[in-house]
Amino acid sequence: MRRRIGIDVGGTNTDAVLIEGDRVLRAIKTPTTADVMSGVLAALAGIAPSVGTEGVQAVMIGTTHFVNAVVQRRELARVGALRLGLPVARSLPPFCDWPADLAAIVRGAVHLVEGGHDYDGRPIMPLDERGVAVAARAMRAEGLASVAICGIFSPLDASMEERAAEILRQEMPDVAITLSRDLGRIGLLERENVALLNACLTPLARHTVAAFEAALREAGIAAPLFVTQNDGTVIRAELAARFPVLSFASGPTNSMRGAAFLTGVKDALVVDVGGTTSDVGALRHGFPREANAVVEVGGVRTLFRMPDLFSFGLGGGSLVREAAGRVSIGPQSVGFRLPQLARIFGGPELTTSDIAVAAGMLALGDAARVAEITPAQIAAVLAEAARMLTESVDRMKTDAAPVPLLAVGGGAFLVPDSLPGISAVMRPANAAVANAVGAAIAQVSGEADQVFQGLTRTEAMAEAERIARARALEAGADAATLVLVDIEDLPIAYLPGGALRVRARVVGEIAA
Amino acid sequence: MPDHGFHEFTLDDIEALAVGAWVLGTGGGGSPYLGLLNMRQLYAQGHRVQLMPPEALADDDLVAVVSNMGAPLVGQERLTDSANIARAVTLMEEYLGREFRAVMSVEIGGNNGIQPLMAAAHLGKPVVDADAMGRAYPEAQMTSFAVGDLQPWPLTLVDPRGVEGIVAKVPTWKWMERLSRKMCVETGSTAATCKAPRTGAEVKRWGIPNTTTQAMALGRAIRLAQREHRDPIQAILDAEDGRMLFRGKVTDLARRTTEGFLRGTTTLEGLDEWRGHGFALAFQNEWAVGWLDGVARVMTPDLICVLDSVTGEAIGTETLRYGQRVTVIALRAPAVFLTPRGLDFVGPRAFGYDLDFVSVFAA
Repeated sequence: MRRRIGIDVGGTNTDAVLIEGDRVLRAIKTPTTADVMSGVLAALAGIAPSVGTEGVQAVMIGTTHFVNAVVQRRELARVGALRLGLPVARSLPPFCDWPADLAAIVRGAVHLVEGGHDYDGRPIMPLDERGVAVAARAMRAEGLASVAICGIFSPLDASMEERAAEILRQEMPDVAITLSRDLGRIGLLERENVALLNACLTPLARHTVAAFEAALREAGIAAPLFVTQNDGTVIRAELAARFPVLSFASGPTNSMRGAAFLTGVKDALVVDVGGTTSDVGALRHGFPREANAVVEVGGVRTLFRMPDLFSFGLGGGSLVREAAGRVSIGPQSVGFRLPQLARIFGGPELTTSDIAVAAGMLALGDAARVAEITPAQIAAVLAEAARMLTESVDRMKTDAAPVPLLAVGGGAFLVPDSLPGISAVMRPANAAVANAVGAAIAQVSGEADQVFQGLTRTEAMAEAERIARARALEAGADAATLVLVDIEDLPIAYLPGGALRVRARVVGEIAA
Repeated sequence: MPDHGFHEFTLDDIEALAVGAWVLGTGGGGSPYLGLLNMRQLYAQGHRVQLMPPEALADDDLVAVVSNMGAPLVGQERLTDSANIARAVTLMEEYLGREFRAVMSVEIGGNNGIQPLMAAAHLGKPVVDADAMGRAYPEAQMTSFAVGDLQPWPLTLVDPRGVEGIVAKVPTWKWMERLSRKMCVETGSTAATCKAPRTGAEVKRWGIPNTTTQAMALGRAIRLAQREHRDPIQAILDAEDGRMLFRGKVTDLARRTTEGFLRGTTTLEGLDEWRGHGFALAFQNEWAVGWLDGVARVMTPDLICVLDSVTGEAIGTETLRYGQRVTVIALRAPAVFLTPRGLDFVGPRAFGYDLDFVSVFAA
C-alpha cells in the first residue's frame, strides 16, 4: 500500500499526517515558525521516524501562507502593472478598485499602452512595442522585480501578452512576469487583479516553496512535492512557486475534504474551529459547495472559484469578556500566543480554551489556574458559543431539513453535541488535523485549453473533455473517479470555420 | 441648483442604484459595477450629479438619451469609460447646434442605468428620473419611445479609437437598429451612443417615470436583507411583487457573440423542491423566454431575473457559469409594453419565438 504525507501550514499551527490507503497512520500538530521550514521539519520529524518514509508516494502541502500575506498586508512585493488595451478603458486603470492600504504597498509603476484584442480576434490596436520598452525601462529604474501583464481579451488571444513579456525580459532580464492569461478568464479587471496579486506574492512564493523543499531534503524524503489548490487538487511545487494565487483557498477546501474523508459523510455542513475564527462550509457529494459570484481576497475583487464559506470570530484563542451581565466572545483572539497569554498557561487573558479547561472538556495547561471560574460563568460562555454556531450554521443551510455537522479543527471542543437544525454533531478521530488529511488526499486534475476549428460545439466540447481526461490519467488519476468540474467555450468569430476556444477541467482521485 | 424636487446623488445612492439596476437588467445591460467604479472616481475628483424629476422638465427642454450599446460579454473586457458616453452627448450637441437640458438613460437595467450619471458628471447636467424600458432590452426599437411612435433619428456613436458616427435619418426604429448595430459591430460590438433627442414633453408623455428611484429602492432592500441576514431573493420578491419560478444548477451554457449581441441558451437542473425538473432559458443579451420541463413558463416582456441562490445577486448572461446555483424569478413589466402595440415591439415574437404572450402574473 502506498503512503502519502499531508501537511497543512496554517497561521498558528503546522499539522502533518501520514496516510496509507484510507487509514491515518500518524498525525502531529506543531507550531508554525516564522521561517516556515523549521516548523515543517518538526512536523515531518514527528510523523516520519516511527513509521519510516519508505514508500512515501508524494508529499502534499496546503498553506494559507499566501492568502494570509495578502489579508495581513505583509511580505508583499511592489509590482509593475502593464495593461495592453489603449485607447480603451482609460478611466479604469490597474489597481482602480483596490483597497487604498493594499494599493499603497503593492502599486508600483502603472503603464497602459496600445494593444489588446476585440472579441472576434481582431486587434484593438497593434501592440505599441516602443511603449512597452519605455514602460520596462521605467519599471527597471524604479527597481521593480515583479510585473503583471494584462491584455484585453487575452484569454482569446494571448500573443500580445507574450510579446510584451519578451520585450520586458530584454530590458529587465531578472524580472518575474505574471501573464493574466495563465490565471484568469474573461473579465479584464478581475483577471488583472489576480495577475497583480500573483505578481506581488511571487518572491514570497519562491522563498516558501524553497523552504518546503529544503525541509523535505533535510528530512530525507525523496518523494515529489505537490501544493494543494483552491479546488482540492494539487499542482507541482515549481508551478505553485510561479502561481501562488492558485493556493489561496486551499486551507478551507482541505479541511472540508478531510472531514468528509475522516467521517465517510459526503453531504453535511462542516465547521472548522481554529484559533481565531471558525469557518462554516457545506459539503455536497464530498466537495465544498462553491461561492457563485465574485470573491474578494483581502478586499480585492477576483473571479476565483472558492468554497462558499461563512467565517466568524469564534476560536480556541478568542477572548472572553463580560459586560453588564452579558458574555461576549471574540473577535479578538490571542491567536498563536495562547501559550503565553491564556490563564491556563499563567497569562492574563481569559480565553475560550480557559473556559473549556475549567469545564473539564479540554486537557491543556494548568487546570488549577482556572479553578475559580464558576459553573454559571462556564455555562454562559458555552451558551454564547452555541448561539454563534447556531446562527452561522443556519446561514449556510439551503433547506430546512436537519443535516449532520462535522466539527473539526483545534477548537472543535467549543461545538456542543446538539444544535438546532443539526441531525448529529460528528467529531471524527484526528479532527484536529483534518486539513492535513485533506491535503494528503488531494486530487489530481487534467485541463485542456485550445482552439478547435471545423467541429460543432458539441464535438469540440467532447474533444476538450477527452484531452483533459487523458491528461488527468497521465498525472496519476483513477479513471473511474474523474468528473468534469468546469467547461467553457469562447467562440472566435474572426477566425473562419466556426473557431471555438474551449477550456475543460476534470478532477479525480489519485489511483491507488 | 434651486429647482424643486432635485436630489443630489450620494455615493450610497449610486451603490444602491448599481445593485437594483443589475436585477432590472434581466441578465443584460452589463454589470453596473464598472459604472459604479467610474462614478467613485468621478466623485473622488469632486464631481456631483443631480437627479431631476421628469415633471421638472419644461415641454421644450431637450434631453439626451444615452446608452452603451453592444454585447455584455464584450463589456467585461472593454471596460466602460466615462469619457466616451460624455463625448457621444457633446457630439450630438455639435450636430444639433443646441444644448441639452439634462441626460437620461434609454434603459435603467444593467450598466446603462449608470451611464447617464457618467455623462452628467462630465457635463454638469442633471439626470432625469426616467428611462424608456423599465428594464434592459437588446434592440433600439424595444423602447416606450418606439411604442409611442416618436422620431427615431438622429443618433451619435463613439469609439475611443477616434471613430465618431452619426445616423442622420432613418424611416423607422427598426432601420435605426439595423444601421447603428452594424456600426457597433465594426467598433468591436461595443460603442457609446446618444439616441434620438427627446423633448421634455415627450419624456413626460412616453418615458417610464421614476425608474432610477425604483432601482435605488430595490438595491437598498437587497442590501438591507443581506446585512440583516434575511433572504435577499425574498426581499426582491416582496419589493417588486415578483414570482418565484425555479431553483437549480447550471448544467449547460452555449454563448455566441454574433451581430453585436450575446445570444445563447442555458439549461438548469432542479434542486430542492424542483429536483427532477429542468428549466431552459434563451437569451439575446437579456433573458427572453424560460421553459419548465419543455413548456414555456415565462417570457418577455415579463422581467426574467436569474439570481445567485445564496446572495441574491443578479447574474448576467455573460457571467453565468457551469455549475452555478441559481434562482429564476419574474418581475412585472411596465404597462406600456402590455398593450397589443407594446407586445409587437417586445413580446416573444419580437425575439423570434412563436408564442402568444402569457404573463406569469395573469394566473
